[in-house]
Amino acid sequence: MTLLHWATISPFLLAIFIPFFYKYLKKIHTGWFVLILPLVLFVYFLSFIPVTSSGDVILRSVPWVPSLGINFALYIDGLSLLFALLITGIGTLVVLYSIYYLSKVKEKLNNFYVYLLMFMGAMLGVVLSDNIIVIYVFWEVTSIASSLLISYWFHREKSTYGAQKSMFITVFGGLSMLGGFSLLYVMTGTFSIREIIANVELVTGSELFLPAMILVLLGAFTKSAQFPFHIWLPDAMEAPTPVSAYLHSATMVKAGIYLVARLTAVFGGSAEWFWIITLAGLTTLMWGSVSAIRQKDLKSILAFSTISQLGLIMSLLGVGSAAYYFNDGDNALYTVAILAAVFHLINHATFKGSLFMTAGIIDHETGTRDIRKLGGLMTIMPVTATISLVGLASMAGLPPFNGFLSKELFFTSMLNATEFGIFSLESFGIILPVLAWIASVFTFAYCLIMFFKTFTGKFKPEELDVDHVHEAPFGMLVSPIILGLLVVVFGLFPNILAYSLIEPAMAAILPGILAPGEVFDVYIHHWHGFVPELFMTIAVVILGTLIFLTMKKWSKSAFYQGERDIFNQVYDGGYDGLVKGAQGITRIQMTGRLRDYFMYMCSFIILVLGYTMYRYDVFSVDTSNLSPIDPYMWVISIIFIGSVVSVPFINNRIGVIIVTGVAGFVVALMFVVFRAPDLALTQLLVETVTVVLFMLVFYHLPKLKKEPVNKRLSVLKLIISVGFGAIMTMVSISAFAMGSGAGFPSISEYFIENAKELAGGYNIVNVILVDFRGLDTMLEILVLGIAALAVVTMIKLRLKGSEDV
Amino acid sequence: MEILMSIMIGIVFTVSIYLFLSRSLLRVTLATLLMSHGVHLLLLTMSGLQRGASPFLNFQADAYTDPLPQALVLTAIVISFGVTSLLLVMAYRTFKVHNTDDLDELRGSADE
Repeated sequence: MTLLHWATISPFLLAIFIPFFYKYLKKIHTGWFVLILPLVLFVYFLSFIPVTSSGDVILRSVPWVPSLGINFALYIDGLSLLFALLITGIGTLVVLYSIYYLSKVKEKLNNFYVYLLMFMGAMLGVVLSDNIIVIYVFWEVTSIASSLLISYWFHREKSTYGAQKSMFITVFGGLSMLGGFSLLYVMTGTFSIREIIANVELVTGSELFLPAMILVLLGAFTKSAQFPFHIWLPDAMEAPTPVSAYLHSATMVKAGIYLVARLTAVFGGSAEWFWIITLAGLTTLMWGSVSAIRQKDLKSILAFSTISQLGLIMSLLGVGSAAYYFNDGDNALYTVAILAAVFHLINHATFKGSLFMTAGIIDHETGTRDIRKLGGLMTIMPVTATISLVGLASMAGLPPFNGFLSKELFFTSMLNATEFGIFSLESFGIILPVLAWIASVFTFAYCLIMFFKTFTGKFKPEELDVDHVHEAPFGMLVSPIILGLLVVVFGLFPNILAYSLIEPAMAAILPGILAPGEVFDVYIHHWHGFVPELFMTIAVVILGTLIFLTMKKWSKSAFYQGERDIFNQVYDGGYDGLVKGAQGITRIQMTGRLRDYFMYMCSFIILVLGYTMYRYDVFSVDTSNLSPIDPYMWVISIIFIGSVVSVPFINNRIGVIIVTGVAGFVVALMFVVFRAPDLALTQLLVETVTVVLFMLVFYHLPKLKKEPVNKRLSVLKLIISVGFGAIMTMVSISAFAMGSGAGFPSISEYFIENAKELAGGYNIVNVILVDFRGLDTMLEILVLGIAALAVVTMIKLRLKGSEDV
Repeated sequence: MEILMSIMIGIVFTVSIYLFLSRSLLRVTLATLLMSHGVHLLLLTMSGLQRGASPFLNFQADAYTDPLPQALVLTAIVISFGVTSLLLVMAYRTFKVHNTDDLDELRGSADE
């Protein structure tokens, strides 16, 4: 265990002590104890920047299950460091914010911080691990922690619904991903990502390439809320706002992005990877931005906006993967998409985090997040309004904020993609910039709606539940102010990030593209000249404003009124259908009638045995070895068959018992014929005792009724029983034929030869029973003993409340 | 003889399966009894019948009937006797407690 390992699991360790802090230090808000950890971790991870920016990596491995090749291996390169900084940095701010957001008195803070720390540790584990199984383990912990946090107010029905939904969808994806990882292991024989990348030709050349890719992508898409798996994210907004800001905008939803970025080196360069990711991303972008426009709840708008921004990053990763097709790092045409993705990843985390926090502040101070009830808050909450303005302008892509820069880069890379001339891009490539542009128009429009509906217009105090609306306390404003400042700083001086964070991250996403010693050319320009991107942005601003200004016209439409995504109906319908279907099947099949179960079993035996006999042609008749039939045997058979067959037809208790007795005594007679005197003796004795027993309980048993005639049932019973009998006859005949035809001597030769020499007995059967195979006999005695005890117990034991005493 | 026995075994199984599918608990108990007869005969038949003298070395015969299946059947008879008597008492107790021996009426339980 190195320091890095301890750092990764430190949130889990701290989580253990949270309940103690909560219980014994009640005066201090538990969050203050938590706050130190992410701050220390953030500083600790900052210390790695010189390492990664010089192009080095750090690998620390501790064996976990060495026999399976599963090691707790941690790996720091540009990409994982970037994510680690996001997780710890925003984690610090979110914890600080939550201290002021969550009441010390009313809330169960111990639960909250345990879940949050659990999540933080798991997320660090996901981004730092090199071993895919370890990644999977941490991945599922993030799902669990996320569900716990969504259902933090578990007495609310919507919270538990949202938690359940996110759990189902992300765990479904997580399991698919495990399948994909297993396929990667099958192809390469290792669980280490670095080794998989080093042996990437084993993957690209394999026929399992596509299945593995799709399974892994299912995991990434469900986690990162890509279309059509995005439906869980808006329902996850039932979580407390710090959680929404942390998990559902900055970190967890980026786990899928991380995975895609990490595995670009494995799957990149193929047309499938390019098109699936680009199209999924663009569809998500489009769908999210259009859906965001019709939301009335601040957090719902932000949720859909997160979905759409994640789609944007995803599509950039898709376009950037083409670099592996050309295998050429010098040409900025291919790598600019990766640059844009990494840059927007940082930007999104900053402005979306601050926007969630301001939404939380508005909710906290006014008691509602409904934009129809809000308005005119600009003068009442000036600080909040300013932070929101900065965040929204950045999200909309306005200069001079960082969102503008990444949006320009986004347009550039989508336009570039049309010039690649691969993967049929020359014919279909034009849809990429067009979709991107339309989505940006809607993004601009919902940013306008969000700002102007909340902060301008008429203040409506009568709609709000709180008496006095005022600006939030300073402590609550610190985190959004810091994030807002970062938005401005990164917007004005983007190149402070260029070679410290962005270039190492690009090099980590695209390893092996550059010749050793080279670096990617990262310089983010504010001004490109009069290029198409600029005109696209201007058109976005004009059209977006138009949409906002005409809002009165289209806000009456059904489109605006319906908020819920159509895919929710698919999910809900599927869920209900599954439950109802399972109930229906159970009701049909589990009747509670023993007869039905017995029919299933018998039918199954008949079908399996019959099919096997037919399929493998195992039924054989060998008449060469048959023993002759003695004439008196016919008489015995007729009596036996007669007595057995008459049993079902007799509706008279004493008659049935006598007829069964006859059958038993005839069996004893057959044992005589077959030269088995011991059997005959035992059978006679046992049959007598059985008949006596039947007679004993006879008085207590009900009269046999004639079974009510049900034609269909009787036919079914007849078919099953005759089928079973026929199968048993065939089994018996062919077992005999095969036994006599196989030519193996019977093991009984040994018993016959040695019964006298070894055991000193003449009766071979008895010698076998008590000497050669005495254990059987001992246990059979045990069976009899248990049966006797059970009989006594059943007769003697009278439980309270039973009907007879 | 083996084929004749096989057919008889088939008939025993047919009848016992048919009885198993009936509603009366007594008939089901009888069905287990009959089926055990079928199984015992099947065990004997499969190894071939009447291959010589009874398995007593006193006879000093050239060939003896296979003793091993006989030992197996002997064990099986005793065990099925134990099971049958247990089932019988159970049927009797069930009737006493529930006042019915109709399996259709006995199905289900309150906390299902």
